[in-house]
Amino acid sequence: MSTNGTGPSIVLDGEKVAYTPGETVYEAATRHGKDIPTLCYDPRLEPFGGCRLCVVEVEGARAPVASCTAQCQAGMEVRTRSARVEVHRRTLMEMLVSENREVEVDELTSLASQEMTELVDRYEARTGRFQGRQSGASRPDDPNPFIMRDYDNCISCYRCVRVCAEQEGDYAISVKGRGFDTQITVEFDGHLKDSACTFCGQCVQTCPTGALGDLKALAYRDVAGETKKTRTVCPYCGVGCAVDLLTRGNTLIGVQPAMDGPANKGALCVKGQFAFDFVQHPDRLAHPLVRGEDGELHQAGWDEALDRAAEGFLRVRERYGRHAVYGVASGRAPHEAAYTMQKFIRGGFGTNHIDNCSRA
Amino acid sequence: MSNPLEDMEKPDVIFCIGTNMTECHPVAATRLKRAIANGAKLITADPRRIALAELADVYLPLRVGSDVSLLLAMAHVIHREGLTNQGFVEGRTTEAEAFLEHIEKFTPEWAETITEVPAADIERAAILYGKAERGAIYYTLGITEHICGVDNVQSLCNLALMTGNIGREGTGVNPMRGQNNIQGAGDAGALPNNYPGFQSVLDPAYQKKFETVYGRKVDLELGPTKVRALEACGDGIHAMIINGENTVVTDPERHHCEEALKSLDQLVVIDLFLTETAELADVVFPATAWGETDGVQTNTERRVQRLRKAVEPPGEAMPDWWIVSQIARRMGTPGFDFESAKDVFNELCELSPLYAGLDWDRIDRGEYHWPVPHKDHPGTPILHQGTFENGRGIFKLIRYRDPAEVISDEFPVWLTTGRRLPNYHTRTQTGRAAGIDYLAPGERLEIHPEDVVDWGLEDGGWAKMTSSRGCMMVRVEANARSPRGTVFTSFSFNDAPVNVLTGGGYDPVTDTAELKVCPVRVERP
Ligand code: SF4
Ligand code: SF4
Ligand code: FES
Repeated sequence: MSTNGTGPSIVLDGEKVAYTPGETVYEAATRHGKDIPTLCYDPRLEPFGGCRLCVVEVEGARAPVASCTAQCQAGMEVRTRSARVEVHRRTLMEMLVSENREVEVDELTSLASQEMTELVDRYEARTGRFQGRQSGASRPDDPNPFIMRDYDNCISCYRCVRVCAEQEGDYAISVKGRGFDTQITVEFDGHLKDSACTFCGQCVQTCPTGALGDLKALAYRDVAGETKKTRTVCPYCGVGCAVDLLTRGNTLIGVQPAMDGPANKGALCVKGQFAFDFVQHPDRLAHPLVRGEDGELHQAGWDEALDRAAEGFLRVRERYGRHAVYGVASGRAPHEAAYTMQKFIRGGFGTNHIDNCSRA
Repeated sequence: MSNPLEDMEKPDVIFCIGTNMTECHPVAATRLKRAIANGAKLITADPRRIALAELADVYLPLRVGSDVSLLLAMAHVIHREGLTNQGFVEGRTTEAEAFLEHIEKFTPEWAETITEVPAADIERAAILYGKAERGAIYYTLGITEHICGVDNVQSLCNLALMTGNIGREGTGVNPMRGQNNIQGAGDAGALPNNYPGFQSVLDPAYQKKFETVYGRKVDLELGPTKVRALEACGDGIHAMIINGENTVVTDPERHHCEEALKSLDQLVVIDLFLTETAELADVVFPATAWGETDGVQTNTERRVQRLRKAVEPPGEAMPDWWIVSQIARRMGTPGFDFESAKDVFNELCELSPLYAGLDWDRIDRGEYHWPVPHKDHPGTPILHQGTFENGRGIFKLIRYRDPAEVISDEFPVWLTTGRRLPNYHTRTQTGRAAGIDYLAPGERLEIHPEDVVDWGLEDGGWAKMTSSRGCMMVRVEANARSPRGTVFTSFSFNDAPVNVLTGGGYDPVTDTAELKVCPVRVERP
């Protein structure tokens, strides 16, 4: 790809390419198909420049430069995969592995949870040399049912801290100490519930190491089968956040935010993130019920129940006229439910005896 | 909403009234918080010191149900300060002269006597909004669930019209819809006054259109609202079909509601669970849930999105549209040969001018905001750009009215109701999601700590709360979010059925119940 016209350009691995003023080297490079590794980067957040995995060589600069924070400058010559930066990245990955107890992270942990593992493999950094010394202490004492806090696997990328501040505006998560003593924490080192946390799960979904995990999804880790994702929309409020439903076989095992969701751009709240399992609750109605002679509801077949309903409406219409029937559609069910319901009333009885539940 | 959600990051002045957005529409609220972090100013009007009040530059703690007087006084100040947008008013509105004369007498000092908000704060808010480059208004049920809900909304429109804060990026009058598809239920025609696509049932042209497609005459008069229909149960209304709504727990005047449904010859309920309402039915049909069926849903910014099936439903549960169609077919009603949700949705698109450019396949990626009048149309993220649907924006002359019931010696405390973050509606869903109880184990009545003491109650103890309609027991939470003399509870828990108390009045236009205001007495049991 090369520039046409007179816009500003940089030289990327020997090729002249255009950039938009204000764009970072990482953004321009990614747009031109380069695969630069990152760990502390989340495209929704302000660049942070903490992990240094995204370093590139810039002609004239003494040391490699973090591409996620460096802005493009006209004429800049950038090398994204030189031997020097690749060695640097590998060393960094080996250091991270030596500080982290787990390299294998269950895929149900979160959306970003495989990022570190994938880079470990890419740089063949599986040294098996866990040093037994790690930054951050785990918080198994936090009894909250949603968010696992296993800081033994934390690499201090601060994505959780930043997503909470910049995306959510909640500022619930903070950092204590430095270097090996760095600890991700919340107010008074307490439990999440006693902090400003709203359990939106955004920190979990952006954590690249599995230090933060989705406990509700992980509870299904023993369900056999391949994990499938289905794009749909949250069933709760009118914001209409797009989500991916995680399933194995016929079991609904979790929800992940859709980063490209048109209304939410990856954001979710506690309901959309964690309140999905009503769907497969044992209380669900599985068969039609019909009230019997004894005044109780009894399980019935579809034919019997449908006939009973149809006959009931016909009887009422005959006895009291077509204005005696009323339909209430749902503000929770899809359009097709509301549409057929109003057609049932208008087409079946010729009235406008139809409403939905928006008035209550 | 008149403007899309992404616009929420663009205003320089944001006016939130009657919306507890951080709890009810949390993801939308994150956008407002980002706008504020980037320098936007926030005005919050709400009786309770909600999170948006803490973030506000001007907080207006108005008495419940006094919104109209606040908004009249804001209009008064805007005009008095010369902040009326003359160009917009002349170019795009009518009735401005009468309106500007009407607001002359409604001073902030007058409004202070009703709202209990200091006149100086009303002035500050009005000047802030009046001077905005891009002023955006957001509201929810705190505006509509009043006997004057329509007046409230029109008062907000008046403010937007006089300042020209409509029809542009980052502006608008934006209701946040509560339920996932409440917008879509209206779009699809489940309304007593409109056919699909908000085509009025009073318009002979539309009547003819639907007469032709549905193959029968349809009444040329408005149907009763659900509220009126419930009142007429056993006396005019003798059969009902209710889909996915726990009427007994959500509607006001619970006892009346139960009696009404019991008096029917036939009640058919389609739902996911055996709700309190389904328990009263003659026939209950098991519906497929979210994640088990394909369908369409429209969000609060009029974005039409697809829902997709990921798992099989339990037992023999079937999609709502299939169940309704089967009953219709067995009654001999033509036109119910749908084989899929796609068939149903495409029929709706054919009949609704707002959806005329859409079909099942086109909405695959959810990028359209209605109206989409034809296939080459890109959709309409911002309404009222350049022109209003009916030509000009009309100023309405609104007067303040007291709520249906006001506090008295017998019922000296204002009760207001709403939602809390972790729970949704009557908890038929969130109540069955593991872990949600950890965040909100049960209902609480939020009372100002000093009132707790004055009324002889204890934090965490029980209180008896009585209105002119009924009485309930509820646990006390001392909480300074509540102002003195006003208490708050949600309507999510069946064992704390606040709807035995509420229901003093209804908006005369929409029949929306005044759930936000109810005089009560709170005492030690
Ligand atoms: S907990 Fe995860 S997201 Fe947060 S700093 Fe540690 S590794 Fe990064
Ligand atoms: S995730 Fe939260 S904000 Fe988004 S649609 Fe669901 S309930 Fe609404
Ligand atoms: S991704 Fe650039 S420094 Fe971490």
